[in-house]
Amino acid sequence: MHFEYEDKESLLFKIKQIVVFITICLLTSCVQEKTTLKSVTGTEISIDSSLSKNIEIDSFIQPYFNRINSILDSTLAYAPKTLTKSDGSLNTSIGNLMADMILEQSNPIFKSRTGHDVDFVLFNHGGMRSIISKGNISARTAFEVMPFENSISIVELSGKSIIELVNFVIKNSNPHPVSGIQLTIHRNNHIKELKIQGKPFDANRNYFIATSSYLVTGGDNMVFFKNAITVTDIDYSIRNAMIDYFNKKDTIYAEVDNRILKL
Amino acid sequence: MERRKFIKTSTAASALVGIGALSLNACKLSSKKHLTILHTNDVHSHIDIFPKSHSQYANLGGLARRATLVEQIRQENKNTLLFDAGDIFQGTPYFNFYGGELEFKLMSKLKYDAATIGNHDFDNGLEGLLAQMPHATFKMLSANYDFSNTIMDGHTKPYHIYEIDNIKIGVYGMGVHLDGLVTKKLYKETQYLNPYEIAQDMERKLKNEYHCDLVICLSHLGYDYKNKKRPSDLGLATKTEYTDLIIGGHTHTFLDKPTVIKNKLGKDILVNQAGCYGLNLGRIDFYFDSAKNASASGVSIAV
Repeated sequence: MHFEYEDKESLLFKIKQIVVFITICLLTSCVQEKTTLKSVTGTEISIDSSLSKNIEIDSFIQPYFNRINSILDSTLAYAPKTLTKSDGSLNTSIGNLMADMILEQSNPIFKSRTGHDVDFVLFNHGGMRSIISKGNISARTAFEVMPFENSISIVELSGKSIIELVNFVIKNSNPHPVSGIQLTIHRNNHIKELKIQGKPFDANRNYFIATSSYLVTGGDNMVFFKNAITVTDIDYSIRNAMIDYFNKKDTIYAEVDNRILKL
Repeated sequence: MERRKFIKTSTAASALVGIGALSLNACKLSSKKHLTILHTNDVHSHIDIFPKSHSQYANLGGLARRATLVEQIRQENKNTLLFDAGDIFQGTPYFNFYGGELEFKLMSKLKYDAATIGNHDFDNGLEGLLAQMPHATFKMLSANYDFSNTIMDGHTKPYHIYEIDNIKIGVYGMGVHLDGLVTKKLYKETQYLNPYEIAQDMERKLKNEYHCDLVICLSHLGYDYKNKKRPSDLGLATKTEYTDLIIGGHTHTFLDKPTVIKNKLGKDILVNQAGCYGLNLGRIDFYFDSAKNASASGVSIAV
């Protein structure tokens, strides 16, 4: 009896051992079962009107959307007439606005940091991405005209480089905006008279030019900026300068004028 | 008493046999696996749907729509990973007003798994990027930007390994040369390292050390350039051995379908890019099977 019991127990133990062994084998074989890449497919899915908006995400965005739009669309100033970059051959209304604005906004900052005055401004015709329509002007206007993150840089150039700059402006097919300059050119495109801040140009001195950081780093082939003696970044984005300018003026008026005159 | 013990034990034994058989079954089933990779790039803060009046992209894009699509695909296949190849920031007033906070929060809500850093992600400087990191639940992967002498140190990883359904997926990030593209003042002491060399180091590590089943590169190098000396995704593909998929960005390249290209070993791999502004979602599906069922012809790629 006692013997039989022992025998049964050991038999059971053996069965148990076998089962555990098989199970471990199976589990191990499972882990060792190597998967390998068989096939790949790829597509581009268009995000279009066939997809409905996820309500939770949309409602999360809503307050940000409302806040931005209320700020962007609040009126800062008024334009009595539409300003464009195609209403003049030597200078344009929106170009004059931008150049004059850059001069007015940058000079106090530059002067307080360096003790020098900005002598004049050169901006690029291609840098103005929208007209300013007659009517209310908002911060959105500034985003439309100036979508890029370019900031105002002040470049110090020698008198010799200034001649290069002026000749570049004269020969370029697009009227690049300037401010602080009075330039008269002959029919044959030679410089007749150049005044900077109302004073005759002096080839023996250096001048400080406010411009776009984009142009200083080689944009629009303004190669004369490579000869910069100093470059000062005043940490002021052109768009923010526009918004500040719109904020302080009630009426934004600009027109084509005689700052560049061809005989 | 003894009989009861015998029955009890034998029941346990048969239960074990059952589990064994079950595990065999489960094993057979699980050898076929399906992984879906979804990706965006150069979204540039485009959160809203483009207005109906837009000359190019009227009524396209929109993050809330993308969320719906991603959710649909996740329901279809829970083994889904979602990536972004950089230039998350800059392009709409959302960025100018909130500095990327909304972009990161929404990507986290969509359960992005990882992103790499694009040149425009430096637009508010290293401080600006760091300030948004608490809003990101996804990994920021960059293997060839060395941030160790900057405030971003410790906030990025060169690679990350995902284990999904017993498939190991190693993902590494690659960034574009910053000099000439981003003002030094913004990226400061970030060191740009040779992308091809680093990619080779990464894939070797992921394949040989960590035995990844799949190696993915998240790249903001750009799809291709006329100047072949400029590192690009197509260039990277021909110089790597274990990378299975390159998800690209930077060049805003719209592809009708992913590009199939031969890698250094002459094996076909995929390079994909989903244009820009959240107009498209790239989708790559990987199907796995047990090694013994693998055909001699290798991996079939259908695009």
